[in-house]
Amino acid sequence: MTEQQKPAIPNASPTPTFDDHRLEMLMGRLLQTGVLLASITVLIGGVLFLITHANQTANYRTFSAESANLRHPSHLLPLLAAGDPTAIIQLGILLLIATPIARVAFGVIGFGIERDRLYTAVSVAVLTILIISLFR
Amino acid sequence: MPLALFTSLVFAGSLAAGLLGAMTGLGGGVVLVPLLTLAFHVDIRYAIGASLISVIATSSGSAAAYVREGFSNVRIGMFLEVATTLGAIFGAFLATRMPTHALAIVFGLVLLYSAWLSWQQTHHPETAPHPKNPWSDRLRMSGSYPDGNGGQRDYTVDRIPAGFATMFGAGTLSGLLGIGSGAVKVLAMDRIMRIPFKVSTTTSNFMIGVTAAASAGIYLQRGYINPGLAFPVMIGVLAGSLLGAHLLVKARVSLLRTIFTFVILALGVEMIVNGWLGRS
Repeated sequence: MTEQQKPAIPNASPTPTFDDHRLEMLMGRLLQTGVLLASITVLIGGVLFLITHANQTANYRTFSAESANLRHPSHLLPLLAAGDPTAIIQLGILLLIATPIARVAFGVIGFGIERDRLYTAVSVAVLTILIISLFR
Repeated sequence: MPLALFTSLVFAGSLAAGLLGAMTGLGGGVVLVPLLTLAFHVDIRYAIGASLISVIATSSGSAAAYVREGFSNVRIGMFLEVATTLGAIFGAFLATRMPTHALAIVFGLVLLYSAWLSWQQTHHPETAPHPKNPWSDRLRMSGSYPDGNGGQRDYTVDRIPAGFATMFGAGTLSGLLGIGSGAVKVLAMDRIMRIPFKVSTTTSNFMIGVTAAASAGIYLQRGYINPGLAFPVMIGVLAGSLLGAHLLVKARVSLLRTIFTFVILALGVEMIVNGWLGRS
C-alpha cells in the first residue's frame, strides 16, 4: 500500500482517527493555556525584577549556579509569599515545564478512554521518564 | 551594562530570533545561543538553559495551530518521545560534565550541519513509495492526512528501529545544546521512517516541547536556568514566533531561508573558532 489517492477508509488501527484528532485538539488547547499562564507569571515576575534591580549591572558572563532556594520547588513557597521577583519568574518557568508533562499525562487518560492498552503504556513510559528527570 | 538596558537588548535579540525561527521553520534556538554567547558574552550554560525554556514555550504555544491542520500523528509522536526524552536526559547529563569550550565547538558543528540541511531542503522530494511494513499497523502508527482536495491520503511507517535510534540522538542534541533539534527529528521521520514530510514536520513540532521538558528539569536543578536572563529570552522568543506565524508571507520564505542559512553558517564558524581559542 503506497500513498495513492483513494477515498478515506478506516485504517488498521482499531479506533477511529476522529478520537485521536479530538484528543490532539484538546492537547493543543491544554498546551496553549499552560503557555499563556506561564508567560503571564514570568512577565509579572520579570517586570518586578526590573523595578527592584534597575540600577544593577548585568553580569551573566561568569557562571554561578543559582541559589539553592530557587532550584527546588519546595523552597519556592516562602520566597513567593515574600513576593520575591526571581521566585515569581521561577514559578512561571516551572509552570512552563509542567505544560508538556501535563500533555503526556493527558495522553495517558485519553488513550485509556480509547481502550488502547499499548499507547496507554507508551504514554505512561514517557511520563515516568519525565517525572524521573524532574525529581531525581 | 545596566540591567534594564541589557534586558531590553536581550529581549529585542530574542524577538528577532523567534521571528526568523518561525518564518524559516528552523526554530529560534539555533540562533539564540550563539547570539547570547557571542554578542552578549553570556556563559554558554546560562544561554543553553534560557534557550531550552524558550523552545518549550514556542513549541507548546504553536502546537494547537498545527493540530488544527490535521497532519500531526499523536501516536507516532508519543512512541518516539520515549526515545527523545531518554536522549534528552542523557544530553543534559553530558552538558553538566562537558567543558564550555567543547560545548561551543559541538554547537558550532550542529549549526554547520543545520545550515547544510536547510540548503538541501529548498527542493524537497516526495517520500518514496515503500513496501508496507507489518509493524506499522501492529504499532498502530499508520494514518492518513488531508490531501488538500477534501480526501484523505493513507501512509505507513517504515524502519522503526532506525528512526527510534535517530530520535534518541535528536533528544541528546536537544538536552546538550538547548535547541529543539527539529531538523534531526524531521530527518528521522521523513528520510528514515518514510513518513510524509508534512506529517513529519507537524509531529516533530508536537514532540519538541516534551523533549525539552525532560532536560529542562535537570537544568533547573543544576542552576543553569537564570531567572533574570530566562525572562527576556522566553517572552522575546515567544512574541517573535507568534508574530512570525502571522507574517508568514509565502513568496519571501525562500529568500529568508537563504539569508538565515548563511547567518547560521557564519555563527557556526564563529562558535567553533571561539571554542577552539577557549574564549567562550
